[in-house]
Amino acid sequence: MSRVVLITGVSRYLGGLLASTLSRDLSIERIIGVDVVPPRQDVGRTEFVRADIRNPIIAKVIASAHVDTVVHMSVIATPFGAGGRTAMKEINVIGTMQLLAACQKAPSLQKLVVKSTTAIYGSSSRDPALFTEGMEPRAQFRTGYGKDSTEVEGYVRGLGRRRPDVDVTLLRFANFIGPRIDTPLTRYFSLPVVPRVFGFDPRVQFIHEDDGIEVLRRAVVDDHRGTFNVAGSGVLLVSQAIRRAGRPSVQVLSPAVSMVGSLFRRAGLVDFSPEQMQFLQFGRGVDVTRLHDDFVAGRGLTKYIDPNRIAGVEQRILAQMERRRPINA
Amino acid sequence: MPEARVIPIEGRDAGDLPRRGRKASRCAAVGADGQRCRGKAVADGLCGVHLEEQERLAAHEAAPDWERKLAGALAFMRRRVTGDYPIDDFGFDADLTEHVMLAGLRPLYEKYFRVEARGIENIPNEGGALVVANHSGTVPIDAMMTQVAIYDHHPAHRHLRMLGADLVFKTPVVGELARKTGSTLASNEDAERLLTGGELAGVWPEGFKGIGKPFSERYRLQRFGRGGFVSAALRSGVPIIPCSIVGAEEIYPIVGNVKVLARLLGFPYMPVTPFFPLLGPLGLIPLPSKWIIEFGEPIATQDLGPGAADDPMLVFNLTDQVREVIQQTLYKLLLSRRSVFF
Repeated sequence: MSRVVLITGVSRYLGGLLASTLSRDLSIERIIGVDVVPPRQDVGRTEFVRADIRNPIIAKVIASAHVDTVVHMSVIATPFGAGGRTAMKEINVIGTMQLLAACQKAPSLQKLVVKSTTAIYGSSSRDPALFTEGMEPRAQFRTGYGKDSTEVEGYVRGLGRRRPDVDVTLLRFANFIGPRIDTPLTRYFSLPVVPRVFGFDPRVQFIHEDDGIEVLRRAVVDDHRGTFNVAGSGVLLVSQAIRRAGRPSVQVLSPAVSMVGSLFRRAGLVDFSPEQMQFLQFGRGVDVTRLHDDFVAGRGLTKYIDPNRIAGVEQRILAQMERRRPINA
Repeated sequence: MPEARVIPIEGRDAGDLPRRGRKASRCAAVGADGQRCRGKAVADGLCGVHLEEQERLAAHEAAPDWERKLAGALAFMRRRVTGDYPIDDFGFDADLTEHVMLAGLRPLYEKYFRVEARGIENIPNEGGALVVANHSGTVPIDAMMTQVAIYDHHPAHRHLRMLGADLVFKTPVVGELARKTGSTLASNEDAERLLTGGELAGVWPEGFKGIGKPFSERYRLQRFGRGGFVSAALRSGVPIIPCSIVGAEEIYPIVGNVKVLARLLGFPYMPVTPFFPLLGPLGLIPLPSKWIIEFGEPIATQDLGPGAADDPMLVFNLTDQVREVIQQTLYKLLLSRRSVFF
């Protein structure tokens, strides 16, 4: 169905990956990638347009190329790459408003795919075990990625109301994980010793980068109208995830957590925002019944604690026992 | 003249094996899929692979008890260190619960409180059901004991999935352990998800009003919340099993409540017992009362249909019925009890 696809945020890792994946699909005529900096990775036959979605020029791009599908992927999660929280909010909220205004005016538009996040559900002790797509967050956000995404979703719903002929697909992704993607959480699990909040072992969910891209590709190529939680089915505890990554962990008392967090930030190891700290305390689970996808994959790490070696030790102890056992027993 | 003896060429002891197995060249083992092994027999009518397996099994059988226990413990530790255990959507860690938590609670259950579980047959072997019980004892030990009672005595060894207040999940360590042992937040979403998923859920609808009530009001049921548990059972169409717990009221008799301190610390109550805080940490040792946990006959809700949850009058009536059953059972058990401690 899609002929001309426009991807915002194409110079970011996932945007570029989607562009190169869609390039291989010959049923798509043109792929236009929009971002403020040129892409560093291979984006296939994607035509790059240097434009800021906050600028009305985006409307001209959509109109002149007769774009029928817009994939909005430039909502950013952390303020540290964008130059502070104010700039982040500007890019996320004002950028989306401008983009959607342009979309509304484009008669050629048939489909809008938005990459959102499960962070809009927040993270608190009063959360249900699994959030379904219809649920609201239990605690209100004051700031951050979750709030920006909630506002973005509000504008997207607004467009859906005003242009009922446009198919809107809202994808709420859990934390991305994979061998190549670089997020605060993947950096967190790569730390030699992983700190976690004392007395809390939150449930977390992940989505492998390849699975996430496949979901986005299908949303573009096939018809999937509606809102979807996108995560690998099942949950992991943070302690368990750390163990599967083969790393030792230390528990940090919650008053000291923000201090440790800023220490890591200054050392350039992990950039953690307060809401991610909250996430590491209470976690979050989403219901993926709407999107059946059973894939929980680890990051390609060199394990410091090798499960095979531990199983080997166990076997050796048992073998020793057997050898030492008296014959008459 | 004696008849000529017929000496069988093949060993007769192979006669009880299926026909094809008599050929000494084929392995006699049957795989897990019911298919016979196709390997060639090398000794004892078994192929190399199955012979090795049989020897390993025999070695395991011959191992002394403590060695088998050590093997179990090592396997458990390996799973723990490598993170190789499943967690369900609620954060329930069956591996940890069965091997550590329940094992730790068992002495308390068997030796200290000498719990007597009655009517365990009222809990279905499979499918969703909601256990509703009275709450008491300052600290929710009654919930843990009910969990042990059902896991140990029920023929299907079912896990009781408890529904707790949000304070539980806000508290460090407590919240973590609660989730790992199968608890989740007492909310309609979670209760229905558990029950429709075929789990056995447990709820203590009196909440903090029940657990933190003064000793003078012992065994007098408090208000049963807003009947949320009844609506959850009605919507999921599962039976309600009333459960009466006798003995938990006496473990920490509350004689006073320091409300100012409770408000300061954010607790629902700050108990004063005859021994706490007077004896300090020693006062934290519960009194060794004798317990009885009785599961009553299930109250079916399936016939009422899921629409019944929207009928407030019916929900109130059903809530009252459950409450009344538990209250009457409590009185009956108290009358039959010889003393608090024996």
